[in-house]
Amino acid sequence: MARKMTGAQMVVQALKDQGVDTVFGYPGGAVLPIYDEIFQQNEIKHILVRHEQGATHAAEGYARSTGKPGVVLVTSGPGATNAVTGMTDALMDSIPMVVLSGQVPTFLIGNDAFQEADTVGITRPCTKHNWLVKDTEKLSETIHQAFHVATSGRPGPVLVDIPKDVQFADGTYKGKPDTNTSHYQPRTKGDADAILAAVEALEKAKRPIIYSGGGVINSGTHASAALRALTDGTGFPITSTLMGLGAYPASGKSWLGMLGMHGTYEANMAMHGCDYMLCVGARFDDRITGRVDAFSPNSFKVHIDIDPSSINKIIHVDVPIVGDTGSVLEDILTLWKERGSKTNSEGIAKWWQQIAEWKKVDCLRYNASKTTIKPQYALQRLEALTKKYDRYITTEVGQHQMWAAQFLGFEDPHRWMTSGGLGTMGYGFPASIGVQIAHPDSLVINVAGEASWLMNMQEMGTAVQYNLPVKQFILNNERLGMVRQWQQLLHGERYSHSWSESLPDFVKLADAFGAKGILCTDPADLDDAIMEMITYDGPVIFDCLVEKHENCFPMIPSGKAHNDMLLGEASTDGAITGAGGALV
Amino acid sequence: MNALHIKKGSSRKSAYDLKNPLGDIVETHTLAVIVDNEAGVLARVIGLFSGRGYNIDSLTVAETDHEGHRSRITIVTTGTPAVIEQIKAQLGRLVPVHDVHDLTVEGRAVERELAMIKVAGTGDKRVEAMRLADIFRANVVDSTLESFVFEITGTSEKVDAFIDLMRPLGLTDIARTGVAAMARGT
Ligand SMILES: Cc1ncc(C[n+]2csc(CCOP(=O)(O)OP(=O)(O)O)c2C)c(N)n1
Ligand SMILES: [Mg+2]
Repeated sequence: MARKMTGAQMVVQALKDQGVDTVFGYPGGAVLPIYDEIFQQNEIKHILVRHEQGATHAAEGYARSTGKPGVVLVTSGPGATNAVTGMTDALMDSIPMVVLSGQVPTFLIGNDAFQEADTVGITRPCTKHNWLVKDTEKLSETIHQAFHVATSGRPGPVLVDIPKDVQFADGTYKGKPDTNTSHYQPRTKGDADAILAAVEALEKAKRPIIYSGGGVINSGTHASAALRALTDGTGFPITSTLMGLGAYPASGKSWLGMLGMHGTYEANMAMHGCDYMLCVGARFDDRITGRVDAFSPNSFKVHIDIDPSSINKIIHVDVPIVGDTGSVLEDILTLWKERGSKTNSEGIAKWWQQIAEWKKVDCLRYNASKTTIKPQYALQRLEALTKKYDRYITTEVGQHQMWAAQFLGFEDPHRWMTSGGLGTMGYGFPASIGVQIAHPDSLVINVAGEASWLMNMQEMGTAVQYNLPVKQFILNNERLGMVRQWQQLLHGERYSHSWSESLPDFVKLADAFGAKGILCTDPADLDDAIMEMITYDGPVIFDCLVEKHENCFPMIPSGKAHNDMLLGEASTDGAITGAGGALV
Repeated sequence: MNALHIKKGSSRKSAYDLKNPLGDIVETHTLAVIVDNEAGVLARVIGLFSGRGYNIDSLTVAETDHEGHRSRITIVTTGTPAVIEQIKAQLGRLVPVHDVHDLTVEGRAVERELAMIKVAGTGDKRVEAMRLADIFRANVVDSTLESFVFEITGTSEKVDAFIDLMRPLGLTDIARTGVAAMARGT
């Protein structure tokens, strides 16, 4: 397959050989040769975003909803620096992404040339790996290696920086290698002894819990299938992180809801009180653990993760298993069945009784209103009216995001795209575009806050240009709601700069972009308005004016233990004092 | 609310308080990291240490296998056992890293450092410097009527001791290579 071609031709050929169908990008001087090649072919679709950050989040949405890597093309200097937030986001949430950036010609590097930036230097800490390619002969193999690194082991973003002279020069194209010979081959198969230890403890567990995370989604649908089989086979209760929603169905009988800072009472209490914890593809993040020294104090902990550095980083575990979550779960399931599918059914039955008590707390209850739309109510209606659709949900960051996680149910993996680790406001809208590109006939809804949504609202141009019927469901509280909630609980109700002043008229804004705008202010109109949004064939901005000072509960304040949850307004007085206030 | 009656602890412990189950005693470890000798690899390793707040006490790097494009980075670092384990795991997941050897736990290792030390002085001090250099097997690699440059090789402790002795004798300049280390035996 060795052929002579220019560097720019190699880029396009390598993308084709990697099975890429879509590239999200924005042109500029340093990538013009590549854009010239893109112009002269039809296999790869290029989506012109309106800001490079939008390209990265769109690629993340594409990747997370398909399991394939997202591809981004940006120019040098400002093009590359604008992509930094999205790469950091993808690194934190383990999203496979390949970013190709143009660079000034090799002979100008280091001269402070026009639109020169030290892109590999800037992006070194926010990529899994990156390369500056100074020789066209090395370009094709570097791009293939970039795809290998982005998608193998714990997935993540990579960047290939390509100087303009390398794009123009001729070289020999090498095709995608059949087997990757690089030494970078992360271990996927779990250790047999560790798996045995995990199964032995599982069989005896009286108060077990499965705590699953984004690693199960990343591993693919076989991992979710194994997780479901193990959960339903053992009858163990299961909870999941924000990133792991959908791996086990929300309608499943063992589902306790999400855990963590805004997780359900029953999930957090079960984490606290369990005697056996099976952590699968999650990483004991501080939003999950709360106070580390009070985290699940009496449990035997098993941790399955493909990244050895996740193990024992925050919580010491009894049985670490390094491997792909899907493969390890399948091995656990097989061994457990071989040994006779034993569980401590008596203990587990009592445990479920205890959980039933916790469920009675009804931790997601809120005060309903006939006059104002409660954000929780809006999401309950959205859930009811869209559940039967082939539906994908993205979110922005804030209270609305947590309410979406609490009130929407996910039956399958890859249906829920949200910025977890980095918490990037402005993620959801471009992500919804990426999802819609990958799933043109599906219903794609971005549950947004008005402040987050404005951060990447320029992408309305992209949605209209490609006629992407993405639904922007904005829970508009005219506040930076999550910030306001913390100020209320932590800073004596001094609401410093947490208003969204001078908001645009979202209906007129939609109109100005050539999209449809819908305003809804009355709970009585909500169902009809949502149906109008769903049935409209094209992008919609839905401005849903909601209660302005609603708080998101339950909440474990930073620095508190799982069994120290705030359940509602009455329990918030003096909730966060002392050093807890210093935490984010 | 506290349905399990588990004793509430102090809320002063933060979510970021890494309670270390393996103990809080700080240890010094010498790591040998075998990497692809490619552009930016040292920046990657150093960036990992600074970005995650780890310590570097000593660092040496040079290509050790020209044909295989391999370099060996020797890092002396300090931390609690849990932090040392994290450092090794974090190094191990860098793409150009082939191997991470913890010479401190893998058995006995030899560690050597080279230093050049300039001592200026005349009379008794000059004589005493020369006498001590002899005891430490330091070589004179340059000399003028008023100064010596000594070259000394040994463990970091030996180099430290020699430098301390030279201070009152007119020490003016020090250049140290940092530690090179290797496991004993085969
Ligand atoms: C880029 C970025 N800047 C700042 C923050 C801090 N932050 C977290 S939530 C939030 C408010 C979000 O407001 P909005 O989008 O209206 O959502 P709401 O909480 O009101 O639902 C802010 C400012 C962030 N997460 N991301
Ligand atoms: Mg808001």
